[in-house]
Amino acid sequence: MSRQLLTGNGAAAWGARLAKVDYVPAFPITPQTEIIETIAEWIDNNEIAGRMVTLESEHSMITAAGAASATGVRVFTATSSQGLLYALEMIYNVAGWRTPFVLINVSRGISAPITLEPDHNDVLATRDSGFLQIHCATCQEILDSILIAYRLAEHNRVRLPVIVNQDGFYLSFTREPVEIPDARSAAEFVGEYNSENMGFRASSPSSQAVAVLGSGPYSYFRYEIHLASLQALSVYDDIAQEFKERFGRYHPIVETYRTEDADYAYVMINCFATKAKDAVDRLRENGMKIGLLRPRLLRPFPAQHILNALAGKKAVAVLDQNLSMGKGGVLHTEIASALYGQPDPPPILASFIGGLGGRDFSAEEFYEIAATLQDAVKQNKTPAPRLLYTETELRAMRKLQAIAHAEREKLKPNK
Amino acid sequence: MCAGCGGLEILHEIYDILGAKTVFTNAAGCMTLLSVYPFTPFRGSWLYTAMASAPAGAQGIRDALDILLEKKRIQPDDDLQVVTLTGDGSAYGMGLSATSGAIDRDLDFLYLCYDNEGYGNTGQQYSSATPHAAITSTSRTSLGYPGFKKDLFAIWVAHKPAYVATVIGAEPLDLANKIETVQGLRGPRLLIGLAPCPTGWDFDPKLTVEVGRLAVQTGIWPLKEFKDGRIRHTKIPKQRKPVEEYLKLQGRFRHLFEPERVETEISLIQARIDQYWDKVIGADE
Repeated sequence: MSRQLLTGNGAAAWGARLAKVDYVPAFPITPQTEIIETIAEWIDNNEIAGRMVTLESEHSMITAAGAASATGVRVFTATSSQGLLYALEMIYNVAGWRTPFVLINVSRGISAPITLEPDHNDVLATRDSGFLQIHCATCQEILDSILIAYRLAEHNRVRLPVIVNQDGFYLSFTREPVEIPDARSAAEFVGEYNSENMGFRASSPSSQAVAVLGSGPYSYFRYEIHLASLQALSVYDDIAQEFKERFGRYHPIVETYRTEDADYAYVMINCFATKAKDAVDRLRENGMKIGLLRPRLLRPFPAQHILNALAGKKAVAVLDQNLSMGKGGVLHTEIASALYGQPDPPPILASFIGGLGGRDFSAEEFYEIAATLQDAVKQNKTPAPRLLYTETELRAMRKLQAIAHAEREKLKPNK
Repeated sequence: MCAGCGGLEILHEIYDILGAKTVFTNAAGCMTLLSVYPFTPFRGSWLYTAMASAPAGAQGIRDALDILLEKKRIQPDDDLQVVTLTGDGSAYGMGLSATSGAIDRDLDFLYLCYDNEGYGNTGQQYSSATPHAAITSTSRTSLGYPGFKKDLFAIWVAHKPAYVATVIGAEPLDLANKIETVQGLRGPRLLIGLAPCPTGWDFDPKLTVEVGRLAVQTGIWPLKEFKDGRIRHTKIPKQRKPVEEYLKLQGRFRHLFEPERVETEISLIQARIDQYWDKVIGADE
């Protein structure tokens, strides 16, 4: 075991290395590229035994990943944003193939307008695909989650691909101290890849991913994917416990921070949740009993864990770094579905949208959200969903618009 | 499958030679419905991918088999030949980028495109493989398809893969020779098979072989191969028959002859064929 300063991307590459992946189909995209560059260098220097191939698109990359996994090797791949969306047809496909490989997504906002900076609309577009999703808040968690993800994906009650998600820039390019498990211990934990009944061999021909006719077989296979995904909930904790015993770190399905005696809670995923923890500490110093809930697994959806943590709270704020156009925050909708109709749900479930395209959450915003919750409880009324945007941001935007207009005027031909 | 399918004719002939030590990666098209759960007519293996990425599926399987062989996790006897099977809709259009990438990477695979000159499985809409003037379900008027068939052979050859050839089921000996050639090569080996399609081209299914022969005899479907940096015509029709003999058999070209003969279009099609062969014969001299 060694301790190093690693970026989120570096931690992801280490996760793949320690899982002894056989095959890495790749395609560059910011802010993910450092992962495949790192793995390529290790392979070129014979530090690891894997094989990497750069495909001509993410759509082909995911096809190759699924096909290789279906042939019987352990596969790792990585993408981000437009790449994930470009691959989306195959994301759904390979989940249906039941190919248990791991994909790291480095979250980045999606076009239009095109941007490099992070939010979660990319990964949430894969929400219904059959991929399991693990969302990380620290670089350590990225490395650890990749090792856990292989166990989960390859478990004989699951057999589904997994997306491990990290935020672009804030995590992908931020160095944090990371404990790197020693290779042997990691290999023992992850184990050898067992392709079970999958593979293409001359001695045992097989047809995979064939067409079905009629709704009977279609529904059957689709239900199977869903039920297998749900199995991951019960399987996960055994794996996380085993990980803790071996490496001393526990990564729960849902992280709770000071929620037990809390009246209020924030709900967030990924690395901005660490900012919420800081806000929780400050607010508690001022006497407000507030906590944080951070689901790590979004698929399968840990409804019971969320309900257990939030039942009895006076008010909950869901902070979404995504926007479902014409609806609102995706996470807010999901959390509501876990609470509605259950015993003792929080009467106030407020929605806040922020963090789009890398927009930061300021400490003041966390305090304002907390105050909004208190106010909502007093009035016994859920506040309208709020799109976070400050006057300063609006002024800066107006300035850009003024420049845009002026530039356009300059281009007009003289009258 | 439809009676008289020219694509199936080619596939039969090729499968007889390649045999069961194969794994096919398939793109969305007519042949996708060969393997429908829980049945398959293939003695070997099969993976359906998607319309755009069957060659990438071949890449994943080939790489995985190589890794398994290298690490001695499978026996050499268990190795398979990887074959991509797509229609022209995929090969000429949506899958072209994936094919280009596979050739760039020198993927050791065989690609068979059965070319029925349109999106056949959805009812024969025109594709970039559709010939000039053909009536399709998206070019229904008496003008037919205004464009000209894309030269996929030339596009593939421009990548300089190990082997490219055109084939047709109606010329089984030529096809068998080419399959034998590709068996002795490694790297990307690509075949375009013209697939006379009774349903899409509107002719009697019993005429499939006849239509195929005429495609060769009129010179509209040149049989050729690219190997060792050179293009060679494998069957040069000595006395080319007029193209109208080929066109007349097919309902998709009937508007060129009825209610009255459209000489300009027939001449245009004939002229393009003649120009092609003038160059070929000139080059061979």
